[in-house]
Amino acid sequence: MDAATPKPRENMGEPLPRIDARLKVTGQAGYPADLPAANITYGALATSDIAKGRVTRLHLDDARAVPGLLDIVTYGDMDKVEKPKFGNSGATSIGPLHDRTIFHDGQIIALAVAETFEAAEEAAQLIRAEYEEEKPTASFDSPGTKTVPAAGKSTILKEDVRAGDFDAAYAAAPVKIDARYSTPTQHHNPIELFSTTALWQGDQLIVHEPSQNVTGWKVELARQLKIDPANVRIVSPFIGGAFGSKGPMTPRTAIVAVAAKRLGRPVRCVTSRMQAFGTQTYRAETRHRIRIGAGKDGRITAFAHEGWEVTSRPDAYVVAGTSATGRMYDYGSVLTHVSLVRADRNTPGYMRSPPETPYVYALENAMDEMAVALGMDPVEFRRINEPKVEPIGKKPFSSRSLIQCYEQAADAFGWAKRDRKVGAMREGDWLIGMGCATAIYPTAAAPCAARVRLTSDGDVRVQCGSHEIGTGVRTVAGQMASERLGVPIGKVNVEMGDNNLPPAPVSGGSISTASVCSAVLKACDAIRAKLYAGATAEGGPLAGSHNEELDFADGKIVAKGGASAKIEDVFKIMQLGAIEEYAEFAPKGATPGALKKLYAGQPEFHGGDQDEDSVKYAFGAEFVEVRINSYTREIRVPRIVGAFAAGRIMNTRTARSQLMGGMIWGIGQALHEATEVDRRYARYVNRDLQDYLVPVNADIQDLQVILVPEIDHAVNPAGVKGLGELGNVGTAAAVASAVYHATGKRIRDLPIRIDQLIA
Amino acid sequence: MRPFIYEQPADISAAVAIASRFTTDDDQPTRANAQFIAGGTNLADYMKLGVAAPNRLLDLNRLEEPALRQIRVSDDGIRFGALVRMGEAADHGEVKRRYPVIADSLRLAASGQIRNMASLAGNVLQRTRCEYFRETSWACNKRVPGSGCAAMEGFNRQHAVLGASDACIATYHGDFAQALIALDAVIRAEGSRGARKIPFARLHRLPRDTPHIETDLAADEIITAIEVPAMPWARRSRYLKIRDRESYAFALASAAVVLDLDGDSVREARIALGGVATVPWRARAAEAALQGKKLDEASASAAAEAAFADAEPRQHNAFKIELGKRTLVRALLETRDMKV
Ligand SMILES: Cc1cc2nc3c(=O)[nH]c(=O)nc-3n(C[C@H](O)[C@H](O)[C@H](O)COP(=O)(O)OP(=O)(O)OC[C@H]3O[C@@H](n4cnc5c(N)ncnc54)[C@H](O)[C@@H]3O)c2cc1C
Ligand code: SF4
Repeated sequence: MDAATPKPRENMGEPLPRIDARLKVTGQAGYPADLPAANITYGALATSDIAKGRVTRLHLDDARAVPGLLDIVTYGDMDKVEKPKFGNSGATSIGPLHDRTIFHDGQIIALAVAETFEAAEEAAQLIRAEYEEEKPTASFDSPGTKTVPAAGKSTILKEDVRAGDFDAAYAAAPVKIDARYSTPTQHHNPIELFSTTALWQGDQLIVHEPSQNVTGWKVELARQLKIDPANVRIVSPFIGGAFGSKGPMTPRTAIVAVAAKRLGRPVRCVTSRMQAFGTQTYRAETRHRIRIGAGKDGRITAFAHEGWEVTSRPDAYVVAGTSATGRMYDYGSVLTHVSLVRADRNTPGYMRSPPETPYVYALENAMDEMAVALGMDPVEFRRINEPKVEPIGKKPFSSRSLIQCYEQAADAFGWAKRDRKVGAMREGDWLIGMGCATAIYPTAAAPCAARVRLTSDGDVRVQCGSHEIGTGVRTVAGQMASERLGVPIGKVNVEMGDNNLPPAPVSGGSISTASVCSAVLKACDAIRAKLYAGATAEGGPLAGSHNEELDFADGKIVAKGGASAKIEDVFKIMQLGAIEEYAEFAPKGATPGALKKLYAGQPEFHGGDQDEDSVKYAFGAEFVEVRINSYTREIRVPRIVGAFAAGRIMNTRTARSQLMGGMIWGIGQALHEATEVDRRYARYVNRDLQDYLVPVNADIQDLQVILVPEIDHAVNPAGVKGLGELGNVGTAAAVASAVYHATGKRIRDLPIRIDQLIA
Repeated sequence: MRPFIYEQPADISAAVAIASRFTTDDDQPTRANAQFIAGGTNLADYMKLGVAAPNRLLDLNRLEEPALRQIRVSDDGIRFGALVRMGEAADHGEVKRRYPVIADSLRLAASGQIRNMASLAGNVLQRTRCEYFRETSWACNKRVPGSGCAAMEGFNRQHAVLGASDACIATYHGDFAQALIALDAVIRAEGSRGARKIPFARLHRLPRDTPHIETDLAADEIITAIEVPAMPWARRSRYLKIRDRESYAFALASAAVVLDLDGDSVREARIALGGVATVPWRARAAEAALQGKKLDEASASAAAEAAFADAEPRQHNAFKIELGKRTLVRALLETRDMKV
């Protein structure tokens, strides 16, 4: 066992290597844009240079003159299909070619299709637009924004959460803070570029595109193209990073499908890195005002969190992290309010822990400020405010191991050696700061179907239309089958990423492991039941045994008393070569129509703060050491420790990998990541990885992930809490806390850069 | 990207001959129909982005003259062939020993992959990374003379505080050039009007009202070598680069420092600044301020004040003035404390 393969503690599965690891590192994994298609053509997008106005004329002659050009799809060519819809499966309601109105920078104005990629690109670059320009509104503080309450505008936030009388409690509190925080625009920038390949076979449309939601896309694309969903197939076997960006389908998909239909040939369009900034979704900038009041003993009596989020003109994209921040501690009274600020921007979209990343950053930075105001250790301050029930609905937590996380992380980090005085720790010219923060992510699950087949030779095939976006879900689904059916993982084959497979929900909200594993578990148990019946039937090798006394191990059915039967023999007795079971899992609280909605690409999410019996969250604690040069003020992070509890850990290797990736992302959020908006034009300026900085290897030094044992049967049959989006929550606040400790400067606006520290 | 003709001339004179056939005396090398390509890490990027659009590329990598690929160390100094790759020069034992400032400036630049591809001549000629220059939809006087400068009132965090003009505030981002200008290096070039030597300090042009004229080179002139004079005291030299992340990023501010010390007082100092100026920037006022002085925090700060006396901030880059000064102070003190 080494750092990459943590030894399983209680309720944790083996650190099996990813079953697709070899394919990935040897370049054999077929990502959607790699999949072969005969007689293919290439598409390239032309996009707008302005953020608001109308396209009055397009000059296409130069583009048409490019040798090899086949077609240009533009205004008028999409009139016979429906406009996109904004929702779980659709990124925006803006139909860029349905209407000459420009809603945002980088909006698609045409698709050039050619025999070669080079010709398509050249033609797209030669397309010139004339505009009737209007002055766009870029963001907060720009003239022309429209601010509206978020509650009721989206299913995400029905009403603002609140409890008790905040105003009175805050007024009476002897110690209080009132501070404002902000987070910048961010783009996912997965290394795999966005792409669509569309092939028509008669009435059948096949789309190869990296997707976190093949079933949802099938339905939405069929609606746009006005064809039968049964005739649409989305194929996405491997995804080179998604982080939410490949959750909702963007308008490009239908445009490429129309192009392929017109031409009668497959069309592949790979979006450039720059164009992705305008044509894909993003994390919009947010602002926060937090007020906390407490007694001198450190007990919080009043908490208010107001949030402002940027969205597009037509769509109400809401994240509303107040649902989590309002339930984090034992506050006494809670007041929250979320506002949407409409500007001339593309519709934002999900990005790794969409609500928690910005909102918990603000809360945890404020908690640190409050601890300073109280003269209290920040860990102790959180311990004092640990709730028995959540403050809004007074429901218990299905499980909550936050304090254990703090204890184990603090121990590993050496928190006790921290000198609490600001600026007291130093090594040569480097100021040392140490800080911490809480991570939280709601635990949800959605209906999911899976098909499992076991042959008499012990070969297992798992089929589920979920998506391997790098999380390791293909591996843990296989691991679940391997454990339940007693076969080695090498005998398990897992198929995902195709809506011809049993439907799975969108791979978002950290629900995949819980939902997929629960469905696989159910299918495996059905297979077990059949084989038990065969083995225990009269005359069978285990006749007389009861199912509860039986288990699967090493290719055998084993009875409590020690008797066993080889599975291949049981198959023989049953005169079967294979058993295949199709299972449909629906989480607790699912409505009667929940499965139908799954097949229609509209999966219900259950859990988080929605259940009657309890609220369900995974927690973690992160500790960070920063070093800041006393002259030049660059900030480096030599050490970070995170401890996380998330119910059953299916595989300690993939779990650690997810959490590690999250923590690294969190460091990037704290110190590097920001899409810069030119406020005069509402346009992005740093649209490439040269200027959009993320951490490189040299930025990440000593990083430790601790998996804290936790058992929670209430969350779902697999006992699993999602952790894919847990690791990057809180990290930025821990860094801000450490920066304060080193320098005495409280930085409230991310990212924290030299600019703010040197003044 | 537009289609182009690709040629691989066999030697320097063939390359010059082709270049002069397809260019005129008035052509700028970066705007000419025929352009040279070495590692391509800068030019190919800008061709893809539509910023550069030569219709003929002359690949220098097949030129047969061996000296183009050699590093020669002699009593006169060191001579780098134009096609020597950044990585090779950075790892060269004698370079590291005699001119740490050169080795540092190369080692801290770009990434391992790029350093293995990029040539030294291409490196000194790399063009600005100004975001508004990189994308053809913005107004940019350097890319399209007279079109305006979108960076001036835009997002100009990475832009220059020294050497800017009303037409252009783009930073020169290279690192190696700061070492070369501090060491009084000389460029050797060959063109249709013969071979010549250009003092490194005269290679790059201030933007003034012609930001599209970037260097002193003619469109058919090839850099063949970079020569650095012998300077025994350059062993006490250092390149300090401050950036937003630990590696693979351009300098927000940097300083190349070479010190000739007499005890703890300064006999001679050479100072160049990167990340803050429109061209490779020799800080002569700072050098003069240190001459004969004891090098300590106070004298280093005074030198830094002198270096940035004429600095002009814009909306988002004002921090670079303070950062630039502190970078220089730190570099001076760290160079003083080097064990040589
Ligand atoms: C992501 C990234 C990060 C980078 N980071 C850094 C960094 O931190 N610091 C840094 O200093 N640099 C950095 N660079 C720039 C890199 O060092 C340059 O791109 C590289 O040095 C250019 O060399 P080349 O041989 O590839 O030049 P090319 O791209 O081939 O050419 C560049 C220019 O020089 C001209 N040219 C080339 N050779 C000759 C010659 N012999 N005679 C006349 N003209 C010639 C070409 O016509 C062209 O105009 C980075 C680049 C990238 C892509
Ligand atoms: S600073 Fe110079 S390179 Fe940048 S936009 Fe202005 S003119 Fe162009």
